Amino acid sequence: MINVTHLSKIYRTELLETVALSDVTFNIKKGEFVAIMGPSGSGKSTLMHILGALDRPTSGSYVLDGQNVENLSDDDLADIRNQKIGFIFQAFNLLPRTTALKNVMLPMSYAGIEKEEREKRARKYLEMVGLKDRMNHTSGQLSGGQQQRVAIARGLAMNPAILLADEPTGNIASNQAEEIMAIFQKLNDDGHTVVMITHEPDIAEHAKRILHVKDGKLVRDEIIKKRRIAKK
Amino acid sequence: MEYFEIFKEAFGNLTINKLRTGLAVLGIVIGIGSVIALISLGQSSQKSVENQIQSLGANLLTVIPGAQSSGGVRGASGGNTTLTLDDALSMKISADVPDISDVSPEYSSRSQVVAGGSNSNTQVTGVYPQYQTIHKVYLSDGVFFTQSDIDSLARVAVIGPTTATNLFGDSLGALGQTIRVNGQSLTVVGVTVSKGGTGFSNPDDAIYVPLSTAMKVLFGSTHISTISVEAKTADVMTQAQDEVGYFLLKRHNITDPASADFTIFSQNDILSTASSVTGTFTALLGGVAAISLLVGGIGIMNIMLVTVTERTREIGLRKALGAKRKIIITQFLIEATLLTALGGFFGMILGIGISYVLSLIMTLPFTVSPTSVLLAIGVSGGIGILFGWYPARKAAALQPIEALRYE
Repeated sequence: MINVTHLSKIYRTELLETVALSDVTFNIKKGEFVAIMGPSGSGKSTLMHILGALDRPTSGSYVLDGQNVENLSDDDLADIRNQKIGFIFQAFNLLPRTTALKNVMLPMSYAGIEKEEREKRARKYLEMVGLKDRMNHTSGQLSGGQQQRVAIARGLAMNPAILLADEPTGNIASNQAEEIMAIFQKLNDDGHTVVMITHEPDIAEHAKRILHVKDGKLVRDEIIKKRRIAKK
Repeated sequence: MEYFEIFKEAFGNLTINKLRTGLAVLGIVIGIGSVIALISLGQSSQKSVENQIQSLGANLLTVIPGAQSSGGVRGASGGNTTLTLDDALSMKISADVPDISDVSPEYSSRSQVVAGGSNSNTQVTGVYPQYQTIHKVYLSDGVFFTQSDIDSLARVAVIGPTTATNLFGDSLGALGQTIRVNGQSLTVVGVTVSKGGTGFSNPDDAIYVPLSTAMKVLFGSTHISTISVEAKTADVMTQAQDEVGYFLLKRHNITDPASADFTIFSQNDILSTASSVTGTFTALLGGVAAISLLVGGIGIMNIMLVTVTERTREIGLRKALGAKRKIIITQFLIEATLLTALGGFFGMILGIGISYVLSLIMTLPFTVSPTSVLLAIGVSGGIGILFGWYPARKAAALQPIEALRYE
């Protein structure tokens, strides 16, 4: 599903050169639940941007779902993000003053899906994350955990190759974080590929595998024997 | 993503900050409103000037004595004595001028007029009866002259309403009164209807007398000062002007048209001169108004730039979720165009309202030219695209990671 080979990212300014990622290589197969973990400044955010087709690597190759992504144009990258990646952000990033339903419909509208179909799917995914009776609430009327669940429904809307979550529990209370993890685990059980970036070990332990990143390098590829199961 | 949805979203975004939207729109409202109002005002005055010229008679040619220019020096108008009553009378019956319908010989001179204790310096014009039809003179009181008044050198006068007021206090009691011109007594037999107009040749401040009376009794003149010729239709004005010219050249035994001892003005010349003057005036007014429209457009651009900055995170999110450049540009362009179109609509109402009020105050005909309205709507839409383009491109060029990080 994801093949990353010798991936490097170097930020250059006139005065100095910062190596954010250096020669990172790994594969993620379909149906995996992988956490990418590391302290701040380790390069995990850069990695997340490249995996999310939000940024291009300086060198190396990145193949997502059989497609080379490293050298595409801005508009082609937009298509990749729309079709193959379901984003879940730390700050939820829902459209303000917009209902949960409309938020989930947004990526489908960029894909040119008919309105009835958009609404049908949005309802289905919002029901799946347990927000059946909150569909017409605007983002401001929802708690952090609820907003993140809307974001998950939005991430699922285009039936993407991977769900890419960036610190999904960073901005919400711990009991609600547990619920979010339960949703991820259920989605993964249903066959979805989930990639989650986090710096919290007890969140990372909900995954089946942890990629430890430090100083721009992949330092350890750990398979979790006995993963933490979130209480529903 | 369908345009209708983008449109709905844009409208929703504009309603979030109503005061800001209102102020941005106000700039366009004032711009479009002043363009429409000032162009309408210019066109109204143009129309009013044209109406006044037309009211002096239709399809009119005016022949005055004296060369157009002689050796670069032009004599004072009317100072020459080359036109005679016979010129006019023979022109009327000549077969060489088929495109004219009537001829009016005229002699005019300014003179001090006395009635009782009042006196007035007024244009006194000796005329034939056809003067009334050619120059569209209507009487509010009394009757105009007949041929027998001409033949009998009748001592009668028809006076304009302004003259009547000057001499008798009001125009109602003028009929039957006596006025004195150059020491001769004349009886007022008619008062004309007001044509409006001001200045030196005000048709309302005039005294008409039979031509024979003017020439023989009042002023002792052997020549006439003007021949007014009416062409059959507006289409044959040019032919009629040529025919009259050649007829008079032949009568005066002049072979070279360049040395003609008379000059012919066409009413069309006067009309087109007046129109071009008022047209320039209109363009000037419109230009001044267009500047305020430009300022309004810059206001829109400013607001759109602020909006783009404020919504950086939203733009980043949209791009992350798969919005392409074109969608972002379209979204912001529609928002900008919606602002200016709203401004254009209300500006149009304001402009039409102002030109209506102005037409009432200045007693001008109320005209709203459809072209100025179409222009205003087109221009306001165009301004939205023009001034929305840069902010929209700026929004579309945002990199999604930078935009998502923006606080």
